[in-house]
Amino acid sequence: MLAIQILINALVLGCLYACIAIGFSLVWGVLNVINLIHGSFVVLGAYLGWALYQWLGLLPWYALLIAGPLFFVLGYGVQRAILNRVITAPVLVTLTLTFGLDLILNNAMLYFFKADYRKLILVPPMGQVSLFGVVVPVDRLMATALALVLTGLLYLILRQTRVGRAIIAVRLDRDAAVLMGVDVRNIYAVAFGLGAALAGTAGVLMALIFPISPLTSDGYLGKAFVVCVLGGLGSVSGALAGGLLLALIEGIGSAEIGPAHATTLSFVLLIVFLIVRPQGLLGRRGFE
Amino acid sequence: MTRSAAILLVLVAAYAVVPLFSDAYLLRLGTFASLYAVLALSWNIVGGFAGYPSFATAAFFGFGAYTSGVLQAGGLPLGVSVPAAALASFVLASALGAVLLRLRGHYFAIASLSLVEVFRELVNNATDLTGGGMGLNIPLSGSSGVLQDATFFFYAMWAVLLATALMATFVGASKLGFGLVCIRQNETAATMVGLDTTLYKTIAFGLSACFVGASGGIYAAWVHYIDPSDVFDILYSVKPIVMALIGGLGSSLGVAIGAFVYLALEEIVWRNYIQIHSGLLGLLIVVMLLFLPHGLMSFRGRLLRRIGRHG
Repeated sequence: MLAIQILINALVLGCLYACIAIGFSLVWGVLNVINLIHGSFVVLGAYLGWALYQWLGLLPWYALLIAGPLFFVLGYGVQRAILNRVITAPVLVTLTLTFGLDLILNNAMLYFFKADYRKLILVPPMGQVSLFGVVVPVDRLMATALALVLTGLLYLILRQTRVGRAIIAVRLDRDAAVLMGVDVRNIYAVAFGLGAALAGTAGVLMALIFPISPLTSDGYLGKAFVVCVLGGLGSVSGALAGGLLLALIEGIGSAEIGPAHATTLSFVLLIVFLIVRPQGLLGRRGFE
Repeated sequence: MTRSAAILLVLVAAYAVVPLFSDAYLLRLGTFASLYAVLALSWNIVGGFAGYPSFATAAFFGFGAYTSGVLQAGGLPLGVSVPAAALASFVLASALGAVLLRLRGHYFAIASLSLVEVFRELVNNATDLTGGGMGLNIPLSGSSGVLQDATFFFYAMWAVLLATALMATFVGASKLGFGLVCIRQNETAATMVGLDTTLYKTIAFGLSACFVGASGGIYAAWVHYIDPSDVFDILYSVKPIVMALIGGLGSSLGVAIGAFVYLALEEIVWRNYIQIHSGLLGLLIVVMLLFLPHGLMSFRGRLLRRIGRHG
């Protein structure tokens, strides 16, 4: 019984983790930038979802349609105006720059929303269903399903559209892509915009499940780190595998050695993976 | 000894006159200046010389603070607990470095960043030893007054700064420093010519953690109360990088000056805009990285060009 409960929880959480991590992974893989604003984008998305429901009564599933384009434009602008200027600089510079941007965004959120925890509570509540004898809230299931839809959407964009093919081309070989006439700076901005859009929409879904506060952004960012390293960079399937694995390990860890140690466990796992298998579960060696 | 190393040591030595003003605010600021310079000079060994983007400074700062804090709470004097913290940091960092420094670039950055999280969570959960999230109270060392206390901690931190500056000077002038620069420029080639890169990097990581741990130990005694979210704050990892970028990567003198300049900026922002100080700090980082890629040295280049044009 407990085993099934852990498994179902892991499935539900794992898809959400994957959804958070996939945008981070895309930016890391394509731009070679570790984007430390990602966690704050997720929180900003959560506030957007909360505000739209609180003020306009717009349900989170519809809020996704607003959050997606809005965050895409935001991300595109940030990349075009700021990050593209230093894109060829060493890791240290790009990493520190995104840290600086994160400080600004996080401070702005603290200033406007305060550090109080808020919660998006649907009225009337959606109730819960029983799956294999395990009780699961319906809003969580909806969030999970939508997270899968968003992840699938990114997969389709990357595989089926022209701009998606260009993103993959830049990731595989930047110089060759330039020679084939790809506008790399634009592609970087599109990739960053997609990453931001995924973070924002994932945030809207998070608002349904977790309390919202600017202080939670580090937690989301940490999850994105671990999922990317576990699953492997830059692939949709890798992020899904990483997300599910992380949720499973956290679930089992919490049940066996206590929830206080779940974070430690996931980060220790991250370090071990970095050393033993840096390409991740589904990553290919030499793909970088 | 090069000229810039000599200037650095003279600067640090001259800096010891601050207590003569016997102003408590100035002493507090001076102690922080020493602390920041220790962090920046130490980071520069790994980040500047060897070119490894380390974000682990906060991990060893917190580790040193807790090691010395727990020892002091157990009744040991400052003179024993701080060297113990330095030694423990050196040993731990060397052991971790031998493993982690096999990673390069982004992967090393992420791993070193994760180290901070792991340490913080471990300390958070080891409630019996560290007090966990409740924090740790460190007993007052028998002091005779506010000013005497402030002077004492100023000199304690200053002594660590002096040791760090000597260490950085020594590393810069030695074969170790030369080897580290080779590693930054081309690690594969350095290995090919017979340099034991793993050994060099491991020593560098150990040295860079050693004095950070000591400064953490003194910080703990200075503020009398530490908790995990305070001493394992990721800002302790990022600030030294910003200071090094201000002063110019790889140069010990530049990095030390960068630390002082940074402290001055931070103090102005912190004092005037408490509500938005971290946002302004972020803005400072962004503006500097975009417009002054070589830190204060960018000005020198511009100045020289201007002189060249007119003269």
